[in-house]
Amino acid sequence: MTLVKLMRWESMLGLVLVAEVVLFSSLSPYFLNVDTLSDASFNFTERALIALPLALLIIAGEIDISVAAIIALASVTMGLGAAHGVGTPGLLGLGLATGLLAGCVNGALVTVGRVPSIVATIGTMTLFRGAAYAILGNRVLKEYPGSFAVFGQGYLAGPVSIELALFAVFALAFGLFLHRTRWGRAIYAIGANPVASRFAGLDVNRYKFALFALTGLFAGLAAVLLTSRLGSTRPSIAQGWELEVIGIVILGGVSVWGGKGTIMGVVLAALVFGLVTFGLGLMNIPGIVMSIFTGALLILVVAVPAWLQRR
Amino acid sequence: MTRATLLSMLCAILALAGCGKSEAPRSGATRVGVVAKSLGNGFFDAVRKGADEAAKELGAEVIFTGPTTPTAEGQIEVLNALIAQRVDAIAVSANDPDALVPTLTRARDRGIKVVSYDSAVAQAGRDAHLAPSSDQLIGETVIALTAELASEGRGKFAVVSATPTSTNQNSWLDQMRKALVARPGLDLVGVAYGDDVSDKSYREAVALLKQHPDLAVLVSISSIGIVASARAVEDQGLTGRVKVTGLGLPSELAGYVQKGVVPKFAIWNPIDLGYSAMQIAVQLARGGDAGKPLSMGRMGEVTFAADGVGAMSKPFVYDASNVAEFAQIF
Repeated sequence: MTLVKLMRWESMLGLVLVAEVVLFSSLSPYFLNVDTLSDASFNFTERALIALPLALLIIAGEIDISVAAIIALASVTMGLGAAHGVGTPGLLGLGLATGLLAGCVNGALVTVGRVPSIVATIGTMTLFRGAAYAILGNRVLKEYPGSFAVFGQGYLAGPVSIELALFAVFALAFGLFLHRTRWGRAIYAIGANPVASRFAGLDVNRYKFALFALTGLFAGLAAVLLTSRLGSTRPSIAQGWELEVIGIVILGGVSVWGGKGTIMGVVLAALVFGLVTFGLGLMNIPGIVMSIFTGALLILVVAVPAWLQRR
Repeated sequence: MTRATLLSMLCAILALAGCGKSEAPRSGATRVGVVAKSLGNGFFDAVRKGADEAAKELGAEVIFTGPTTPTAEGQIEVLNALIAQRVDAIAVSANDPDALVPTLTRARDRGIKVVSYDSAVAQAGRDAHLAPSSDQLIGETVIALTAELASEGRGKFAVVSATPTSTNQNSWLDQMRKALVARPGLDLVGVAYGDDVSDKSYREAVALLKQHPDLAVLVSISSIGIVASARAVEDQGLTGRVKVTGLGLPSELAGYVQKGVVPKFAIWNPIDLGYSAMQIAVQLARGGDAGKPLSMGRMGEVTFAADGVGAMSKPFVYDASNVAEFAQIF
C-alpha cells in the first residue's frame, strides 16, 4: 500500500514540475534559457543539500530545526579562520568540522540526554545563532581568499555549477543509501517503530546519532557554499532557512510521523520549490504573495494525504 | 481520480499565481528593477512612488521588487530574477554591502547598469551610489534650521548627539561647526551624548536645559535623540521658549510638530530618493557616464566622486504643512 501511494506522490510531484515548466515558459519569455535556469539553481541547491540528510532524519522519526543556525555558526568559524589567514582547503575543513560538531551536539542531546529532538534542536538553534551574534555582533567578516569563491560561484562545466553538481551526486548517493542498503531499511524501521526496531537488534541510538551528525555535516557544507557565494559572513546569514529546508522535505512526501518518504520525492520537491520561487520572481510577483503561495502549497501537501487516508 | 484532483488543484493555484502578469515585456522601453530592502515597508513604498514618477517622465518602466524579509539571501534571489529578465538597469538599497557584490558583478557582466541608493553596495558591485545627502549638506541644513528658529538668527543652542564614537554623528557635528562660521550670532554651548538610548538622551537633554536657562534651540541629529529632546522640553514646560530641531522621522515627530515643540526638522525624502535613483539608473542604461554630472530631473544634477558616491540633495524640511502626510510613510 505504501509503495503504491509513494509512487503516486512522486509522479504527482513530477507532473507538478512539468506543469510549472510549461506554465512559466508560456508566461515568461525568459524562463527557458540555459543561463537563466543555471542562475535559478542557486535559489535552492544549498537548502536542497541539507534536505537530503534531514529527510533521513525525519524518516527515522526525529527532526533538526537548528540547521540554519549551524550554517551561521559554521560561517562565523570560517570567517574568523579567514581573518587569521587560513587558506581555502583549511576553510572548507573548518566549515565541515563545525557543522559535524554541531550535529554531534544535537545527536548527543537526543540520544544520551534523551531530550526530544524538537526541544533539543530548538535549544541548539537559539544557542548556535546566539553564539554567532555574540561573536560577530554588528561586524562583518569578509577576508576570504579569492580562491574560496569557487565553491559557491564556480562552474564545473558550462552552465553546471559546482553547487548543482554536488547536489546531483549527493542526491544519487543518498538515494542508493536509503533505498538499496540495509542501513537504509533500518532507518525506515526505526522511524516506523523504534521500540520494535530495538527489540529486533538495531542500535537505534547509534543510527540517530549518526543521522544528526550527518545533518550537521551537510549544514556545514551548505555553510561553505553559501559563504563562498556571498563572499561575506554576517550573523544573520541563512535566517529562516530551517523552515524552508523542512518544507522541502515535507513537500517531498516524507511523513512527519516518520517511517515514510523517498529521496526521489525530496529531489523533486527541491526542484518544484526552486522553480516556483524563481518562476514567480521572474514574473515579479511580490515575495509576500510568493510566501503565501508556498505556505498554501505546504499545507495542501500535508493536509491532502491526511484527508485521503481518512476517506 | 484522486491524483487528477490533486494535480488540478495544484495547477489551479499555479495558474492563479500566474494570471494577470502574463504580458510580454514591451520592447524599447528602458526597464529598471528597483529593489527594496524588504517589501511592505512604508519607506520603500514611497521610494516606489518616486521611481514611478521618474519613469513616467522618461518613458521607462519600473519593476519594483524586494524580498519579504530584509536579508541578503532574499535580495540575491530577487536580483537573479531581474538578471534573468535582462532588465537594463538595477537600483538597489542593499541589505548587505558585500554579499550582493558577486551577484551584481554577474549582472554588470551581462550589461546591466547597477546603482545603489539609500544603503550602498560595496564599490566593486555597482556603477554608482546615490546617497540621500552628504555630511556637508546635512550640517548646513541643520544650522540653517537652527538659525531660522532662534529669534533673529541669534542665541545659544546645544546638541544632543548619539555616541561620542559614532562616525556619522561626528562628521555631521564637524560640518555643523564649519557652517557656524558664517553665522556669528549662533553660539554652540554644549554637546551631550545620549548614546541613541531614549532615556539617556532624555536625561542629557534635561541637563542641558537646566545648565543653560537661556537656551534658544535644542538640536539633535539622531532620530532617538530628537524625540527625547522634544519630550524633555515639553516636560520642563519650555514649549515655545526652547525650540527643538535636527534630524528625525516624521512618524515619530508629527505630534511634536503639531504642539509646536519641534516647529521644523529635516530628513531625506524617500519619494525624491526613488525619483532620483530611477533618473540615474535610466540615464546610465541609456549610455550615460557616471564619471560626468548626471541630471536627476526636478532634483537637479548629481556629481559622483571618485568612489562613485553622489549626494542627492539637502535633507528635506518637514513642518506643520507636510508632516502629517509623510508621517504615514515613514
